[in-house]
Amino acid sequence: MTLRKISASLILAGLVATPIGAAELTISVSNLTHGNHFTPVLIAAHDAQMHLFQAGEPATSALQKMAEGGDIADLAAMVDAANGVTQSNPAGGLMVPGQNVTGISLDSQAMTHMSLVAMILPTNDAFIGLDGWEIPTTPGTYTLNLNAYDAGTEANDEIINGGGMPGVPGIPAAPGGDGGNNASGVADTSPNDKVHIHPGILGDTDPAGGMSDLDSRVHRWLNPVARVTVTVK
Amino acid sequence: MKWQQFKTSLPLSAMALSAGLILSACSDNDHDANMPEPPTPPVERSFTLTVTNLTANQPMSPLALLATSNGYHAWQSGEPASLALEQLAEGGDQSGYSAEMDGVNLVVSGAGILPPGASESLTLTQTEEATASLSLLTMLVNTNDAFSGLDEIDISQMAVDQTQSFYTPAYDAGTEANSELKGSIPGPADGGEGFNGSRDDVDRVHLHPGVIGQEDGLNDSVLMASHRFDNPVLKVTIQRTR
Repeated sequence: MTLRKISASLILAGLVATPIGAAELTISVSNLTHGNHFTPVLIAAHDAQMHLFQAGEPATSALQKMAEGGDIADLAAMVDAANGVTQSNPAGGLMVPGQNVTGISLDSQAMTHMSLVAMILPTNDAFIGLDGWEIPTTPGTYTLNLNAYDAGTEANDEIINGGGMPGVPGIPAAPGGDGGNNASGVADTSPNDKVHIHPGILGDTDPAGGMSDLDSRVHRWLNPVARVTVTVK
Repeated sequence: MKWQQFKTSLPLSAMALSAGLILSACSDNDHDANMPEPPTPPVERSFTLTVTNLTANQPMSPLALLATSNGYHAWQSGEPASLALEQLAEGGDQSGYSAEMDGVNLVVSGAGILPPGASESLTLTQTEEATASLSLLTMLVNTNDAFSGLDEIDISQMAVDQTQSFYTPAYDAGTEANSELKGSIPGPADGGEGFNGSRDDVDRVHLHPGVIGQEDGLNDSVLMASHRFDNPVLKVTIQRTR
């Protein structure tokens, strides 16, 4: 190999290593639901290979912690360990129905893809999900509608009992103070143990019993459940 | 507010005024070799909106197409509905929207109810310089206050024959509780009340959670299984035709 060729390939390598996807992103997240809260949101920029979740694949234990109990620490650590960039809990707590959090800054550095998750309360293991969206290089504002996913890790029994640890049945809480109690429980016969689109909650109109501790007039949703705008500078 | 309305209407009246002046100047100088160039007629752009009702049993109230500018929003998720939106979403009444509103240049109305499965095309024609954005609104009439449509879609950069297509979700105006009670729904499922000025729901626009119906546990609901819907509820195609 001649010296010229070597230097040419070095220059090329230098070009490739330059973070061509680097972008200053300004992000907003809206809770579009009638009566559901979101637990602390995790926004991540990462490479094309990484996923916080994938529809049709089993949930990781880190995803299960988030979807069943709202704990995003393990997912954030996973992204950080892979040199990704994270923004944890930009709302500073729960996002109430209708809330719009704006002006979230994220420097995606060399990372080319973006993901976003948060648990939906009150549910057993529902979460809002954006999986590996390729960050555009063209400046502009991009609007993304997010669907509700089911982690597939816990039966949707719709019983509010404080159960938020992975593998513990039940719903941690109804932050709106609009949940019931003493439900007999919904029999969830879904065979799908992979991450999938959530079938929605059933609920009932009996706060002191019935099949569900959720209220069919308050806690149901149709997709999309969240809207994210990303402004690429 | 009044001043802003005046400001937006000013360019149009100023244009009409100067056109009149130039025209009369021409007629006075028929034989003048140095007569000024005749005024160029304003270039117009036309758009055809084709709207299809994708629901099973939710007739749509007459479509309201708004040609808008200045960042006008027909609604914003998380914010309270305007009075005009409340009237449309609760009663299918679009009369609250007019070209007198700040940011609304033109209102094009549908011919009538758009039944499930039906399509309707609306034509919007305006001057090139007035062309900015559009919004579309319609009520799902077998509900308390569900509506669908588009908000602030930029059409200013569309080339002739270019199309933009959308599948739109159902929104909840948040101005009337989704009681589904007899007498509270204006559509054929009930024949009940439309607009009512009181606001007894969350008072913010959000994604509609869907209707429940009496067969799914809401015992006093007048709605049946076929009145349920899922998103999307409309297909909308915008084509610039000239």
